[in-house]
Amino acid sequence: MNTSATFGVGTPSESDFRDTRDGDMSDIGLTKGHVTVGSVEIQAAKMTARGVNIFYGDKQAIHDVTVDIGKNQVIAMIGPSGCGKSTFLRSLNRMNDTIDGCKIEGDIRIDGEDLYSPKLDVVELRARVGMVFQKPNPFPKSIYDNVAYGPKIHGLAETRVDLDEMVEKSLRRAGLWDEVKDRLFQAGTGLSGGQQQRLCIARAIAVSPEVILMDEPCSALDPIATARIEELIEELSHNFTIAIVTHNMQQAARVSQRTAYFHLGRLIEVNPTEQVFTNPEHSLTESYITGRFG
Amino acid sequence: MSKEPIYLEKIQRSLVGRYRTERVFRGFGMLAVSLGLAAVLLVFVDIFIKGTGAFSATYIALDVTYEKDLLGIENLADQRQVNSGDWEALYKQALRRDFPDIRKRGERRKLYALVSSAAGYDIKDRLLANPGLLGSKETLWILADDDIDSYYKSWLDGNAYTARLTDGQIRVLDTLINTERMQLHFNANFLTRGDSREPEQAGIWGAVIGSFLTLMLTLVLSFPVGIAAAVYLEEFAPKNKVTDFIEVNINNLAAVPSIIFGLLGLAIFINLFQIPRSIPVVGGLVLAVMTLPTIIITSRAAIKSVPPSIREAALGMGASRNQMVLHHVLPLALPGMLTGAIIGMARALGETAPLLMIGMVAFIVDIPAGFMDPATVLPVQIFLWADSPERAFIEKTSAAIMVLLGFLVTMNISAVWLRKRLERRW
Ligand SMILES: Nc1ncnc2c1ncn2[C@@H]1O[C@H](COP(=O)(O)OP(=O)(O)OP(=O)(O)O)[C@@H](O)[C@H]1O
Ligand SMILES: [Mg+2]
Repeated sequence: MNTSATFGVGTPSESDFRDTRDGDMSDIGLTKGHVTVGSVEIQAAKMTARGVNIFYGDKQAIHDVTVDIGKNQVIAMIGPSGCGKSTFLRSLNRMNDTIDGCKIEGDIRIDGEDLYSPKLDVVELRARVGMVFQKPNPFPKSIYDNVAYGPKIHGLAETRVDLDEMVEKSLRRAGLWDEVKDRLFQAGTGLSGGQQQRLCIARAIAVSPEVILMDEPCSALDPIATARIEELIEELSHNFTIAIVTHNMQQAARVSQRTAYFHLGRLIEVNPTEQVFTNPEHSLTESYITGRFG
Repeated sequence: MSKEPIYLEKIQRSLVGRYRTERVFRGFGMLAVSLGLAAVLLVFVDIFIKGTGAFSATYIALDVTYEKDLLGIENLADQRQVNSGDWEALYKQALRRDFPDIRKRGERRKLYALVSSAAGYDIKDRLLANPGLLGSKETLWILADDDIDSYYKSWLDGNAYTARLTDGQIRVLDTLINTERMQLHFNANFLTRGDSREPEQAGIWGAVIGSFLTLMLTLVLSFPVGIAAAVYLEEFAPKNKVTDFIEVNINNLAAVPSIIFGLLGLAIFINLFQIPRSIPVVGGLVLAVMTLPTIIITSRAAIKSVPPSIREAALGMGASRNQMVLHHVLPLALPGMLTGAIIGMARALGETAPLLMIGMVAFIVDIPAGFMDPATVLPVQIFLWADSPERAFIEKTSAAIMVLLGFLVTMNISAVWLRKRLERRW
C-alpha cells in the first residue's frame, strides 16, 4: 500500500482547499511527484491509466493519474467541482479529441490495447466504451430512433424485428419502457429531464458496450428516478464495466465497489468503497466525504 | 424586518423609471417600424398605380375583309404564299373604308400608324387558325399603336396626352371613341411575349424565362458547392492559419460590390473560356460566384447553431464524423441553410450590375429556349425599359417591377414557410 510522504496527515488547514488549479500547488503539498494512496492497481483490470496528464491549451487539468478500472465492477469518481473528473472520464473513450486544444499524455489501455495508438479505431473504441453525459442529450428524433441509432450505425441488427427487440430490451433495462411504450415514435426531446437521461442510458447500452462511462447521470433526477438508475447500474455491473462520476456520496457508496477521489487535477486516493467511506486513508479524502468542503 | 418596506419603496420608485424607459424604447421601435412600412407602402402604391396600366392595352374595332386579291393568296396551305401575303393591306383597307375623307398620302400614313405594326401578324394568326374565314368579313379588335394607347388611357383619366399625335389623328381617335370602337382589353402580350422596340408589343415573358434559367443555374451551382464548403470548413477543416485566411476572404467576398463579379465573369468566363456572352450560362456562373459567399456564411451559421451536445451524443455513440454530420448536423442545419440559399437567390434575382458587364443587357426579342440562348433577366429588362424614351414604357417599367417584386415576395415567403415547416419536426 502506498502512503504518500508528501501529504501532511491530519486535519488540513483552510488554505489546503484554496483553488490553486492554475498555478503552483506546493503550498498544499501537491507537488509534481505526488503518489496516489490506496490500491490503484487491481487484479482483473478492464482499463488501465498510467501517468495520464491532460491539458486544455497550456492549462493542465489532470496531473499524472494512474488507476485501474476493474472488469465488471463499478468505480465511482468523486471530488470537488472542477477537479477534473469529467476530463479524466472523457479521456477513457477519447471524447476529449473533439475539444480543440485538448492534449493528452500518458498511457491508457483497454484490455491491453493502447487507446491512443494510431492503430486503434476511435469509432470502434466508442462502440466499446459508451458514455452517458452529465446533461441529457437525446437526439431530436423519436424515442425509437434514439435507441436504435447505435445498433443501426454499427450494423448490429439483421432485421427490423431484431432492432425492435434491441430497442425494447434497452428501454426495459433503463426502466423507461413502461413509460414510453405507447409513444415510441414521438420526440425523445419531449420527455422529462429524468426520462431523457434514462433514454440516453438506454441508447448507450443498446450497443452493449464493454465499458459505460457515466458523468453524473443522476444530477437532474428525482430520488425515485435516481434509485431506478442505481438499480440499473447494479444490474449492469454484472456484465459491464462502469465508471461513474457523482457528487452524491451516498450514491457512490451504494453503487460502487471502488472509489477514486480527485482533488485539483490529481488522483488522491483509490480504495474499496467501503474503506473510503469508513476509513479513508488520506486526510483530503476524509475532509471531502465528511462534508468539510466540496 | 424593518428594512423591507424601505426596499420595497425603492423598488417601486425605480419601477417608474424603468417603465418609462421601456415605453420610450417601445415608442422608438414602433416609430421605426412604421417609417419603414410607410416607405415600403409608398413605393408599392406608386409602382402599383403606374404599373397596372400595362396589364391592359388599347384595341380598335375594324371591319376586316379577308380578300384573296388584296392578300395575294389563293391557298392558305401554301407556306410561300402565306409568307409573301400582304397582311397589312387588310387593316389598311378597313381604315380607308371607315375614314374615306382622308386621301392625302401623308395623312393616310398617319391613319395607318394608329394601328400597331404587329396587327398584320395578329390578323395572319387569326386567319391561319380559321382558314374558313378566307373571303369573308368580320369585326376584329386590333391592337393600337403605343401612342394611341397612351392617348386613350390618359383620355380616360380626363387629361388626354396629345403630344405625339397630329390633329387629324386625334379627330380619327375621337370618332373611334365616340362610336365605341376603341376599348381597353387585357394585355396578354405583356405576359407572354419577349421584348420589343414597340411598347405595345413588348412583353415580360422573355425576361422571366431568362431569369428562371439563370437562377436555376445559379442555384444548382452555388447551393451544393456552398453547403459542401460550409460543412467542410465547419466540421472537417483543421482550425489553423490557412482556414482563418479562407474564412476572412469569404467574408470579404460577400462584401465585394456585385459589379466586380461581372468584370470577373467577363474576364474569365467570356474572354478566357470563350463562353458566348448574353447567355444564361454566363449569367448563372457569375451570379453563382456572387451568391456563394452568402450561402457559405449562412450555412456555416446554421451548422454552428447545432448544439454541441448533439454532436457529442453522436460521437459518443461511435458515429464517425461523417455520420455525425449526415445524420444529425445537416438535418438540423438544413432549414437555416435553405433560408440562406433562398435569400441569396432573391438577391441574385434582383441583381443587375454584374449582368450588364457580361452582355445580358442586349436587346433580345426571342424568348430563350435554353441555357445557351441569348437572354435578358427581369431587373435588366426593367433597366432597359426605364431607359427607353417612349411614354408607354413608363407603365411597362412599373409593371415589370411589380412582376419582379411578386417573385421576390414569393421567394421570401417560401423561405419563411420552409423554415417553419422543417423546424416543426421536433
Ligand atoms: N473545454 C475546456 N477548455 C478549457 N478548460 C476546461 C475545459 N473543460 C474543462 N476545463 C477545465 O478543466 C478543469 C476540470 O474540469 P472538469 O470538467 O473535468 O471538472 P469536473 O471535475 O468534472 O467538475 P464538475 O464536478 O463541476 O463537473 C476545470 O478547471 C475546467 O475549468
Ligand atoms: Mg463534470
